[in-house]
Amino acid sequence: MSLSVTLTINRVARRIELDDPRVTLLDLLRERLQLTGTKKGCDRGQCGACTILLDGRRVNACLALAVSHDGAEILTIEGLAEGGTLHPVQAAFIAHDAFQCGFCTPGQIMSAIGLIGEGEAGDDPERVREGMSGNLCRCGAYRGITEAVVEATRAMAGATQGEAA
Amino acid sequence: MNSFEHVRPRTVAEAIAAAALPGSAYLAAGTNLLDLMKIGIARPARLVDLNYLAGLDTIEHSPDGGVRIGARVRNAELAHDPEFRRRFPAVAEALLAGASAQLRNVATVGGNLLQRTRCAFFQDQASACNRRAPGSGCDARGGENRLHAVLGWSEDCIATHPSDFCVPLAALDAVVEIEGPAGPREVALQDFHLLPGTTPERETVLAPGELVVALRLPAAAAGFAAHARYVKLRERTSYAFAVVSAAAALRMEGGRIAEARLAFGGVAAKPWRARPAEAALAGAAPEAGAFRQAAEIALADARPSGENGFKIALAQRIAVRALRLAAIGTPARLPALPASPFAPVAGGLHG
Repeated sequence: MSLSVTLTINRVARRIELDDPRVTLLDLLRERLQLTGTKKGCDRGQCGACTILLDGRRVNACLALAVSHDGAEILTIEGLAEGGTLHPVQAAFIAHDAFQCGFCTPGQIMSAIGLIGEGEAGDDPERVREGMSGNLCRCGAYRGITEAVVEATRAMAGATQGEAA
Repeated sequence: MNSFEHVRPRTVAEAIAAAALPGSAYLAAGTNLLDLMKIGIARPARLVDLNYLAGLDTIEHSPDGGVRIGARVRNAELAHDPEFRRRFPAVAEALLAGASAQLRNVATVGGNLLQRTRCAFFQDQASACNRRAPGSGCDARGGENRLHAVLGWSEDCIATHPSDFCVPLAALDAVVEIEGPAGPREVALQDFHLLPGTTPERETVLAPGELVVALRLPAAAAGFAAHARYVKLRERTSYAFAVVSAAAALRMEGGRIAEARLAFGGVAAKPWRARPAEAALAGAAPEAGAFRQAAEIALADARPSGENGFKIALAQRIAVRALRLAAIGTPARLPALPASPFAPVAGGLHG
């Protein structure tokens, strides 16, 4: 039984030998690849701290087996900033004070990027709150998170229009 | 989590052959199965991983208005399919009222049907549970049971089925396509889940090794598109299982109800179709009195299984709300809070 998988993680293709089929994407990232930005909160798919983009969609890395995703593309919080420039969602989280302790923040940011990509919420705060309900924040920074996601949505829509024009 | 053998079939035939070995379980997204494996409730010796299968991942709309949905289609993909949303808006609303966006992005149509109850005693190995360990008893009886069943329960088990998706599916006569060692067959969704009786460990009609391959909605189901809603009451606004929920769909003719569909979630071990209530609504004017009468008929056989008598009145009120919203008409755009009773509605329904 071959347990090796090839994953493209933050734009780098990696062949990974697994010694156990139980390894989740979350444990693979944190314990074997030292990408500890993705956090383990509940490990049960309830808190959203482990949110990553898997083939462009936001998912809970704690509930995905690495062996199920041979060939997948993964984007984590470590892969967002390019050349020292923060991703617009990262910048908006800082501008709006959208965190206190920071533990849920990587998951919140990855989830927000997924939400913006889905295009269903737009800049409606109620739809943003509903769309972000899979990410818990024990510090209660929800107001800042909502403001940051709304602003980043507008900024990214503006940037897209600018490119088109 | 126990260790297991991991196999990657490429075809349905290979998957069924691989799952013929005792102790096998099919793995799709794993949002429920892996969760249960982490707490030791599910302990499969072999996981037959469906993530490498070719096929079962398309939404096929028929010219006549029906649809066939592959079992591996993701919840979010189905809910956001424009044609599906137009023809079956209550199903899309129910999908978007369930779980979180992260879970909906991976959870599959087939897996949704097969998710296990969230009864805390089922999930706790130190508790007695006839569903998990037949003959061990039921600690939910006399325990913390305010969210448990009020319809179709037995002395052996009072758990509920947690799905939102299945509620409008039951109302709209969905059909489950199955393949297995004995060949293909199909079962009405209404007959797919089993009430507990004296064998609560038997949750569905699936035989060992059988695989759900697709789900169909008939063309007639699309005939309700203009008046179809799902309403779900939760203990918080979002990302929670239903306390009670209802799917209501009406086919209107000349200002009267030509045909009605009504089903409930969170009240029984299966999505609960209320056919006698549907019959009472046929030919009626879409008015509060008719809706209240239908809701009373729907819950006529309900009885508390513990500290949950409030769910009977609550289910009646949610049914009336769902029927009133369906009569007003399917909104052009889904509300910001899908299925929520707190979503603002034109005409002042609150009160």
